[in-house]
Order: sequence, then structure tokens, then C-alpha cells
Amino acid sequence: MNKVKVILGAAVLGLFAGAASADTLDDVKKKGFVQCGVNTGLAGFSAPNDKGEWTGLDVDFCRAVAAAVFGDATKVKFTPLSAKDRFTALQSGEVDILSRNTTWTINRDTALGLNFAGVTYYDGQGFMVNSKKLPGITSTLQLSGAAICVQSGTTTELNLADYFKANKMEYTPVVFEKFEEANAAYDAGRCDAYTTDQSGLYAVRLQMSAPDDHVVLPEIISKEPLGPAVRQGDDKWFDIVKWTYYALLNAEEAGVTQANVEEMKSSENPDMRRMLGVEADTKIGTDLGLTNDWVVNIVKGVGNYGEIFERNVGTGSPLKVSRGANALWTKGGLQYGMPIR
Amino acid sequence: MQEHDLAWVRTEMALAQAAPSSAVGPGAWVRRNLFASPIDSVLTIMAALVIAYFLPQVLNWLFFNAVWSGADRTACLTTDQGGQLPSGWTGACWPFVEARFGQFMFGRYPIDERWRPILTGVIFVALLVPLLTPSAPFKRLNAILFFAVFPFVAFFLLVGGYLGLPYVETPLWGGLMVTLVISYVGIVVSLPLGVLLALGRRSKMPIIKMLSVIFIEAIRGVPLVTVLFMASFMLPLFVPPGMSFDKLLRALIGVALFASAYMAEVVRGGLQAIPKGQYEGADSLGLGYWQKMFFIVMPQALKLVIPGIVNTFIGLFKDTTLVLIISMFDLLGVVKQSISGDPTWATPQTAKTGYVFAAAIFWIFCFGMSRYSMFMERRLDTSHRK
Amino acid sequence: MPVRLSKGNNMATQEVLPAERSERVSLLHDPRARSIFFQVLIIAVLALGGWWIVDNTIENLRRSNIQTGFGFLNGRAGFDILTSLIPYSSDSTFGRAIVVGVLNTALVAVTGIIAATIIGFLVGIGRLSKNWLIRKLATVYVELFRNIPPLLVILFWYQGVLSLLPAVRESYSLPLGSFLNNRGFYLPRPVWGEGAWLVLAGLALGIVFSLLVSRWARARQMETGQQFPVFLTSLALIVGMPLLGFIFAGFPLTFDMPQKGTFNLTGGANIKPEFLSLFLALSFYTAAFIAEIVRAGIMGVPRGQTEAYSALGLSPSQGLRLVVIPQAMRIIIPPLTSQYLNLTKNSSLAVAIGYPDLYAIGGTILNQTGQAIEVVVIFMCVYLSLSILTSLFMNWFNGKMALKER
Repeated sequence: MNKVKVILGAAVLGLFAGAASADTLDDVKKKGFVQCGVNTGLAGFSAPNDKGEWTGLDVDFCRAVAAAVFGDATKVKFTPLSAKDRFTALQSGEVDILSRNTTWTINRDTALGLNFAGVTYYDGQGFMVNSKKLPGITSTLQLSGAAICVQSGTTTELNLADYFKANKMEYTPVVFEKFEEANAAYDAGRCDAYTTDQSGLYAVRLQMSAPDDHVVLPEIISKEPLGPAVRQGDDKWFDIVKWTYYALLNAEEAGVTQANVEEMKSSENPDMRRMLGVEADTKIGTDLGLTNDWVVNIVKGVGNYGEIFERNVGTGSPLKVSRGANALWTKGGLQYGMPIR
Repeated sequence: MQEHDLAWVRTEMALAQAAPSSAVGPGAWVRRNLFASPIDSVLTIMAALVIAYFLPQVLNWLFFNAVWSGADRTACLTTDQGGQLPSGWTGACWPFVEARFGQFMFGRYPIDERWRPILTGVIFVALLVPLLTPSAPFKRLNAILFFAVFPFVAFFLLVGGYLGLPYVETPLWGGLMVTLVISYVGIVVSLPLGVLLALGRRSKMPIIKMLSVIFIEAIRGVPLVTVLFMASFMLPLFVPPGMSFDKLLRALIGVALFASAYMAEVVRGGLQAIPKGQYEGADSLGLGYWQKMFFIVMPQALKLVIPGIVNTFIGLFKDTTLVLIISMFDLLGVVKQSISGDPTWATPQTAKTGYVFAAAIFWIFCFGMSRYSMFMERRLDTSHRK
Repeated sequence: MPVRLSKGNNMATQEVLPAERSERVSLLHDPRARSIFFQVLIIAVLALGGWWIVDNTIENLRRSNIQTGFGFLNGRAGFDILTSLIPYSSDSTFGRAIVVGVLNTALVAVTGIIAATIIGFLVGIGRLSKNWLIRKLATVYVELFRNIPPLLVILFWYQGVLSLLPAVRESYSLPLGSFLNNRGFYLPRPVWGEGAWLVLAGLALGIVFSLLVSRWARARQMETGQQFPVFLTSLALIVGMPLLGFIFAGFPLTFDMPQKGTFNLTGGANIKPEFLSLFLALSFYTAAFIAEIVRAGIMGVPRGQTEAYSALGLSPSQGLRLVVIPQAMRIIIPPLTSQYLNLTKNSSLAVAIGYPDLYAIGGTILNQTGQAIEVVVIFMCVYLSLSILTSLFMNWFNGKMALKER
């Protein structure tokens, strides 16, 4: 019944006003949860576990946004999206954030009407081969003539074409709409190699019937900065998502963890006090449209960036990916949180 | 008397003899049905060879060599794949189906709430069986309950959110449940919509006729996937920003529109078969258009096309699998997802087992419907035959 | 309309007045007035709804900064495609990628239709066979395939093709230098040399001559009743003429044989497993329906016809070919057309196994460019035209087969 009313109401509104309000934060607060678009199943980034709960780095980022908005990391709902329907889902307002290992490119930023809020994972495209069936393949440059499984509609598919063209190599692209289909075909021996983001390769490897047979080749053929995206034209919401990301990084840099965040509130360090919103007459949180303890809520809800990383893809996970480029800038990586002041 | 003159005429009847052995018994049957001519014999032998080659393999795979219990994939792996089974073994991996059975039926519907779809299913069967049994009484009441009341009950039970029933959002739905929900809604919506479209196509109003023709032909000319594609990619663009449709609702709209176009053509066939006299008779009684249609024409027309309607239902039921392509998880979608997205059961036999299971379920439903349609056809046909 | 009527009749006063009144009273019940009212209402509702949709769409597109129009078709595609009937590389345009998709759809539809028709006729006749075993086998086939969703059939074939066929290194070697493995079916590819046009010319001449021969033979049979072995003569002409051309041109043919490369077989022509499984699945699935249509068609021919041809002394196979099938065809063709259309439409399920048909390529383009509306318009246009083309062809064929009353 309510749905009918909404539709009728929208119809009337549409007839007379042309467009509804474009304030995502208001909408989210009214709904009482953040609607987040995630991958249908990529271990480490977003996949349902045995109990059907969503887990992963991309998932935890959405929880962080929910924690920032509501002070409660559980006020988030997930919409699993395929590579094909992810942008439409965001553009149409079906989801408020697209946190689905999506590569930040200029085309997507401009022509598709997205705004990327940051890079939650610096990745690059790699290849995986079955070392048992193809012993002696140690480099991507030996793959001339190979059949390669890839998911359609991704930057991966385009990079693959460019890379083989640039190196004057031949290949047979075997393109699947869904990630699971590409996995299954590779596992069944349809292709010699499988290509996707290197983090994804580690996840795919675990899903093979004989994971130990497969090796990830060392070359990385592209830059794949993966990050959350929001719709263009709503700067307030964009700021919230962007600063949630920086807050996660700053928390790690300052050593604020899920366990010690309450203690840290009584810290003497003015930087820390400002970030955690305990400095007198601070307005950082309210300026964002949130409460002043938003950083505390984020860290309490999901931990800092380092904790999220380790839990989902790092040493605490089956993927065992090292921090590499995703280490903080202070430790030689690329993750650099803009100062909260 | 004459009988005595004709000495060569027998006076008593000869005893009936058994038919020659070439015409009765299994031998004769075999000769008549299997080896009637040289070509027949060759065909029979070839067919027998084909059966002898495939049938044992199929049976072995399905039953005799199949694995029936196990906790994870190691139960279905051969020694060189890291399991215990002899090298070269193939067979179904049934524990996979057993472990995922709940998901195949209900998707990710919360386990504590699964009594709700089960109850819905029980009500569905309880209403459907008497409706389909010609001799059961209270047809009218039954039909009203099934088509008008049941949707609300089912909606209330499955979605929840009232009277202490926790709300279960549709992305959690899946499996056979979604297949049945989509088919049921498709059937309930497409029948009246199809009737209206068929009437529109035969209407004397040029604009209504034209619109109906355009709609029916445009939908029938394109594959269902493009209709679903439109429902999932274009619908969001058609509505004001910020308003979004549930994914299941979009699939339902797509499937229902698609089925209505096909239903309209079936119903039109029935309308064309009604003699003109019936229309004129209704007119002469002073009935209005809608009265004429719903009291005189439609009851006759729909009765004529029941087999066609059931065939459309079967098609619709099979077509629900295509929602897989817009990332929804009907029975086949869930089966496919658990085949490829899950290392616990990743074995070379998992995919085949899952597909065979899904095929068996779909087959049972479709075969049942087609048999019922044949039964109805015979029942309705009796009046016209000798 | 009523208003104009009454105006025209203003002159005649007394008689018209009651009529006018009764017309005014019945305006609500006047079928014409009502029909116009309803149609205007529907147009108004549709126009409003349409305007609402267009308005929203424009607003949504503007908000998300998506350009409209078909200009994107000239852009560089950037992705590669598994199989293509025309030269295509990642440097080609989106437009060309669409054409590749259309051709791939057409290829699988046409080959599928041919195969499904052959299998369907065989099984349909098999269901009416006097041979019990054949009859039962045909029934099992029909009931099995008819009641399983086509998508499942396609997935099953793909799974079957991939898991039953060996890896490249253990390829089955088939005669004539062809190979079969899970990368597909590898055939020697003919490479035509100089003078190959003579072969083509021979083929063309052969076809023309056989048409002439069949015409002459029919005329002669009409006049004298004598039959001429048209089939054999035509076969000889169609095979012989190109062969002659081939010999004259000095055997201008070499074969590009498939060779084992590092990963795959290289060279030769390769039929991809995606195509193979889609083709097999669609033909086997549709054949089950065609078999039922054929059975119904043959059963629709009165029994008297069978008795009549036997009485004329025709053999059962002659009778089937000359008497029963031509009459059954009239019943068969209309539903057969809709099965052909279904097969064409079901080919869009290729997307599930990675065969690059129109739907799959369109989806990829949509993802790269975000042009949802344009892509859907292209889908609609192409599938509708394929449907219309098939219908037109089948209508023409139906017209040829229809009863010609003399």
C-alpha cells in the first residue's frame, strides 16, 4: 500500500515539480539506513559468509559510512550488483554508494556521472595460470596465443586488449558477463589464463577446485585504483563518503583502533582531540552534516583502515595479501589521509 | 434335407484354434513392433545400441556410482584430485544438493523465518488442488480466494513487517521460492491483462486497436532478456531521481508484460473461434459490451484455449530462469551461484549435479502442467467427439 | 459529430427536434461518442505518462551527465571479441562491434534453425513410427527437452562440451587433419589461390543448368508422363561444374592446417565451444517443439490420403514424400514460424556462456558508455527486424506451399 502511495506521490511530484530533492544525506537519514552496492561475491571485498552476512573490505567501508551517519555500523543494506548493472544502480538512486571494487577512471568520473571518493585499494591487473597444465609459464609475455578468461564490461577487458596489442601478441578473449561464470570456465580448462585485478586473482584462486595448481604471474599490466563512488551533483554526500575514507586512514596513522578509541578520547594531543571531536566547540562533524563524534563512531564500528585491511584481505584472512601499495604513506605506501582540521 | 446332401459341409463348428504363434505372444509383438521390415530392424538395433551405450552410464552416474553422503568437496574427489574415490570416477555428488537444499528452495531467506514461505506454499497447494480438480465444489469461491485473496496473504506472509512478523527484504529471497513467486504473479497478472489486450486488438476503436497491436507485436518480437534488460536499466531512468523500484518488482513487471502479450494472442485465438451468432445473440438480449464479453463470449473463448493458456504458463515458468541474467537468484540462479561461487563444494562433478537437480525440478513442474493441460483438453473435448 | 449533425438539420424544425433531443439524452450511451471519448482519454493518459517519462529521463540523464544520441557508435571499442564473421579488432568502432554481434546472432539463428528443422522432422516422424523402440525414444526425447528451461539446456551443453572434450594436448585427432578439444573444433581452412573464380563460376552455372533441367523435366512429365532423374542430374551438374572449373584453373586450393602451438592449435578454422554448445542446445531444444508440430501436422492429414496413395501403388516413402508431407506442411508452417522466431530470440541466452551475440556485446557497450537507451533501441530494432524477416520469409514459403486450387 505504502509503495503505491510513494509511486502515486512521485507521479504527482514528477508532473508538477519535475525533479525531487537531490539531498542523499536527508534521504538516507529518512530511510534509516545506507543502501550500498557491492560485488555479488568476491572474497575479501564483498561476499556473503556461511550465515549470509556480507563481509569484505568494500562492505566494511559502507559500514563505516553508516557508522559516520547514524553512529551505528549495522544501519546499512547491501545490494549485490554485477559489473553491468552497477553504474545504472548508482545513477538511478537504487544505491547511495557504489562500493564494488570499481576502478577510478576519467571516463567513469565524467561521462558516467560518478564521483570517486578515494582509493580504498590500490590494485593492478594480473594474470593467473594453471601451473600443472602449463609448466614453464612464468611471465605474462609468454602468453602469446593463449585463451584468456575475462569478465565483460570491466576495465580489465579493455586493458587486456591494449596490453596484448602493445606487445604484439595474439590471444583469444573468452568473455563472460559474470565473474562466477568466468571462474567456472577457467576452472573447467576453457582458458589458459585468467585475468582480473590481482587482489581478485587471489580470491579466485581460493575458489578453484585445486587452488595450489594455480599461480599468479608477477607482472601487473595496469593501474586499478579501486574505490567507492557516489552520484555527481550532491557535494554534501560526496564529502561525507570522502571524509569517512580519510578518517579511516587518519585513525590508523594516529594509532586509534577499535579497541582503544574510548581511551584515546582522553588524549592530550590536540590533533587527536580534534579528530575525535572532543575538543571544545569543534564544528568539524556538524559542518559535514554529522555529529562531532563521527570519527569515534566509525572506528568503533569497523576499526581503522589497517584493521579493515588485515581482517578482510590481509594476514587475518585466507587471501593473505600484503599491504604493499596500500600501506600508509608513512610506511612507504600510497594511502594518505588528508588532515582533519 | 440340404445339409445331408452336402456331405462336404461340416455339421458342427470347428473348434476355435489358438492364433498362430506368429500373431500372438511376445514373439509376435516383437516382430510386429520392432522387426517389421529390414529397415525397421536396422533402426531397432541402432536404437538399442544407443540405449545400451547411454542408459547404464546415465544410471551409474545418477545412482550407482553417485556419492550420497559427505561433509564437503573431499567426499566427491578422486585420489588424484585429493579425495578418496578411485581415479577416473565420475558420478553425481548428491551431498552438495543436500547441503544447499535450503538455499535452493528459499535463497538467503532467514532460516528462522522459513516457516513463512513453507506456510505460503501449503496454502497455495491447498487452494490450487481443488481449483484444478473438476469435481471439487465451490469453484467460484475457490477461484476468488486463489486469485484475489491469496496474493495479499502471500505478500503479507513473505514480506512481513506487520504484526510482529519481521520484515524480510526481497534481495534475501531466492531459489524455488522466487521462481514460483514470479510465475504466480506472471500468471495472475498476465491472464486479465492478456484478455484486455486481446479485446483491444479486436476492438473497433482504431487507436485502441493500434496501441494493442503495437504493444503485442513489439513484445513478442523481442527476447524476454531485452524486456528484463529494459525493466532493469531503463525503468530507473523513467522515474524521478531518488525513487527506486525493488529489483524483484522490476523482474515481475518485465515478466508480466511479456507473458501478457503472449496470453493476448492465445485469447485472441479463442475469441476468433466464437461464432458470430453468439455476439449477435448477446446484442439482441440488450447486453452492453462488457456484459456481452464477460457473460457470453469470454467463458466460451477461454474454455476453448485452456491448453494454450497452460502452454503459455509452462513457457512463463521456464522463462523465469532468465531473471538470472539480471542478477536475480531464482532456482537456477542459486544453483549456479553455489556451483561457482563457493570453494566448499568445488569439484568437477558439482556443476553437473546441480544442473541435473535443477532440471529435474523444472521438469517435474512443466511435465505436470502439460499433463494437466492434456487432461483438460480431453475433458473439454468429449462433447465434440463420437 | 452529434453537434454538427444537429446544426445541419436546423432548417427542418418539427421533425428533427425530438431526434435531436433523443440524441442529446443518449450522448452518454452513444457508442460512437463513447468510443471517441475513451480513445481521447487513453491518448491523453498515454501522452501525459509519456511526457512524464521523457521529462524524468531527460532530467536523470542531465543529472548523471550522460550524453544522448548515437554518436558514441563511432568511438573506439577497445575490447576484443571471441569470434567474428567480419574483421574486427579492439581498434574498431562500437558500431562495428554491434554489427559483429548482429552477425553472430544471425549465424547461430540460421544454423540452429536448419539443424532444429532436420532433427525436429526426424523425431516427429519417429514419434509416428511403427517401430515401438523408435517411437518411445522419440517420446522420451520430446518430453525431456520440452520441459526444461532453454537456459538450463544451454548451460548443460556448455558444461558437457567443456568437461567431456579433452584438453588441447590430448585433442581427439579426426580425419582430414581436424581436431576436437575443449577449445573447439579445428578444421583445415581452405585457402583459395589464383583462378578460384572459375570454381565459383562453375557452381553458378551448375545451379542455373539444374534449374533449367528441372523445368524441362517437369514440362516433359506433364506432356508425356515420363519421369526424368532430376535429382541425380542436378547433383552431377552442381558438383561436376565447379570440379571442372577447379581442374581448368589448375587446382588453386591449399589448406591451412591446424598446428599445435604453445597453448592452442593455431591456424585452420576454429569453431568455438561457445558457439558449438549454443548451437547444439538451441537446435535440440527447439527440435523437441518442432517434432510435436510435425507430428500434429502429419496426423492432421486424413487417413484416406494414406489409403489413396497405397491404392495408386506408391510406396510408403513415396507416399510420405509426395502426398502426406506436402499436405502436412500447410498445417506445420505457421507454428513452425513461431518456433523459428523463438529460436532466434532464445539465442540471446548466449550471454550466459560467453558467446558474443548481439545481446552480450550490447551489454558490454552499455557498460563502457552508459548509453542505456540507445543500446535498448538497437536491441529492439535488430530483434524486431530479425523477427519480421523470418516471418516474411515463412509467409512467402507458406504462400508457395498453400493449396493451389485449380
